[in-house]
Amino acid sequence: MKSLEELKALKAKMQEKMGIRNDDSATTRVVIGMATCGIAAGAKPVLKAFSDEIAKRGLTNVAVSQTGCIGICQYEPVVEVYVGNEEKVTYVKMTPEKVAKVVSDHIVNGNVVTEYTIGESKL
Amino acid sequence: MHELSLNVLDVAQNSVSAGAKLIEISVRENTSDASMVISIRDDGCGMSETTVRNVCDPFYTTRTTRKVGLGLPFFKQTAEQTGGSFLIESKVGKGTLVRAEYKTDSIDCMPLGDICSTIACLVTLNPHIDFRFVSEKDGNEFVFTTMEIKQILGEDISLGEPEVAAFIEDYLKENANH
Repeated sequence: MKSLEELKALKAKMQEKMGIRNDDSATTRVVIGMATCGIAAGAKPVLKAFSDEIAKRGLTNVAVSQTGCIGICQYEPVVEVYVGNEEKVTYVKMTPEKVAKVVSDHIVNGNVVTEYTIGESKL
Repeated sequence: MHELSLNVLDVAQNSVSAGAKLIEISVRENTSDASMVISIRDDGCGMSETTVRNVCDPFYTTRTTRKVGLGLPFFKQTAEQTGGSFLIESKVGKGTLVRAEYKTDSIDCMPLGDICSTIACLVTLNPHIDFRFVSEKDGNEFVFTTMEIKQILGEDISLGEPEVAAFIEDYLKENANH
């Protein structure tokens, strides 16, 4: 059974990494549409997949956050990725399965996954 | 929406937008009389009487960008379709309470779904807001607060960190009654 005692161990582990974290904090932002439309279309599993993938890879410079309805409900779940000062990339009809590729190709290696973007969507 | 916990996630976002500092979510279930009550209470900006009256009308919204607002009407429907009830109370400057009561033996009662992951999700996305979550089943009560987590973590570590988020979700799943 997980207890709050284990949280203390986690804290110690995270404090060791704090030094590294401060050097390059959040240069990439992943923003997920979490209004009624996004949630109904499956934004929650997508969000979970992003935080799991980021934790698994130990990426310290990526922040995941939410936004409301951006007005393209038929394309939900919508995810916007902001890398540094580059123009944002909008991914549409996201699924947890697509997340690993977005993280590895785009966020880690800088190659936009064009096939998942709004420009390529055939709707 | 295919599970009630997604409605909770959606309705709790209203509390976030209302600038709440503390959001309390509770799920209380009684299997002997097949009843369940979900409530979401916040100390946000609240709503005027007119807004409260209209808030469950899907064609009413305070947004100016679009003409529909479906979150609360959906949530209301999930309760009423089971023969249960729905209540919303709000005071400007004080906060809002949304309470939905279900008859769980109704064929139209949706599954609660993964409420623990909903709570973990809300905490991760809003590390600056405090949450209190109560999961009670037949008198067994489990209470989770972000205040206790923050007390252990101190000020340097955010509840938004992926490692903390993963811990909170596992902790809730192993300890909560839902």
